[in-house]
Amino acid sequence: MSPRVIGLSALAGATLALPLALVAAPQENGLRNPADFASIADRNQRSAAIFTEMGKVLTHPRCVNCHPRTDRPLQDDRGEPHMPAVVRGNAAGTGAPGLECATCHGPANVAFESGVGSVPGHPLWHLAPIEMAWEGKSLRQICEQLKDRRRNGNKTLAELHEHNAHDSLVGWGWNPGEGRTPAPGTQAEFGALTKAWIDTGAHCPA
Amino acid sequence: MATGFTLNGKAVSFDGPPDTPLLWVIRDAQGLTGTKYGCGVAQCGACTVHLDGRNRRSCVTPVSTVAGKSVTTIEGVRGAEAEAVKRAWIALDVPQCGYCQSGQVMSAIGLLTAKADPSDEDIDHAMAGNICRCATYVRIRQAIKDAAKAVAA
Ligand code: FES
Ligand code: FES
Repeated sequence: MSPRVIGLSALAGATLALPLALVAAPQENGLRNPADFASIADRNQRSAAIFTEMGKVLTHPRCVNCHPRTDRPLQDDRGEPHMPAVVRGNAAGTGAPGLECATCHGPANVAFESGVGSVPGHPLWHLAPIEMAWEGKSLRQICEQLKDRRRNGNKTLAELHEHNAHDSLVGWGWNPGEGRTPAPGTQAEFGALTKAWIDTGAHCPA
Repeated sequence: MATGFTLNGKAVSFDGPPDTPLLWVIRDAQGLTGTKYGCGVAQCGACTVHLDGRNRRSCVTPVSTVAGKSVTTIEGVRGAEAEAVKRAWIALDVPQCGYCQSGQVMSAIGLLTAKADPSDEDIDHAMAGNICRCATYVRIRQAIKDAAKAVAA
């Protein structure tokens, strides 16, 4: 084989290897899994570190936008105020009479006819109650809030795990429709982290 | 598969793609052009219809999602609230160019159906998604108040 041919085949090999390398590299939008924290010997510190990883999801716009501190949701990847200027409207957080969430948000995401963007949807589309607001809060504050049954929808930690791992409106965060960045990782990974956090004592980061 | 629903009290069927926006079906297939296309992205309210009696933007409503349901457009809307809103609109000469107005009227009727005696704040919240480029907002608000009084009288 002439050096030129070797050079070409090496080049072809490199070109083929590139997509594989991209897949194998740590994903920018990924989540670490509980085993990645095994090296932290101190159980409390391990728990807090796992929660910090969960925080990548909790503080993502897909989650914060509907856990706002005011009565108006946020939208898009920058957390802009929702347009139009809709409000919580009622205790269920389904909007004001005449302009409910369901005036625009249907049972599933709907791509715009323009081909650019979509209106998000889910059968239970609504705002999180105001006591579950975490827009602008530190991870520690969110963590304390999630454990506080007066501010977490009266959930036990087991119920919180169930919510994070399986609730389908939470799951929408990983399937948000065209024009929105999905929450990091997968809901299953988020659920596994939640379980590991609880199993290590549900400690909060400093 | 055809999608069957009720349009202004009549059974209708649409056999095009199930993700066709309801607005297209109403205007193009059914020929009811009172419902307007403004933005196509749920930002203006011009396409507002009632879906089982509640306000709904037809531009972001795949026709498949209204199967078996009742759709009402500006051409078919009836009842005490509807009559009161129409009368108040005419009395105050609310429209300017008129393009947004069937959406405004449908949203106003939807509001009064859901809340008979709306406050200024209720009106602002309900109508926040209906844009009027002619800025007829002051007359719209007054007309809704007049209509609410007329229904209550
Ligand atoms: S055309 Fe539907 S909201 Fe503008
Ligand atoms: S009357 Fe012209 S846009 Fe409203």
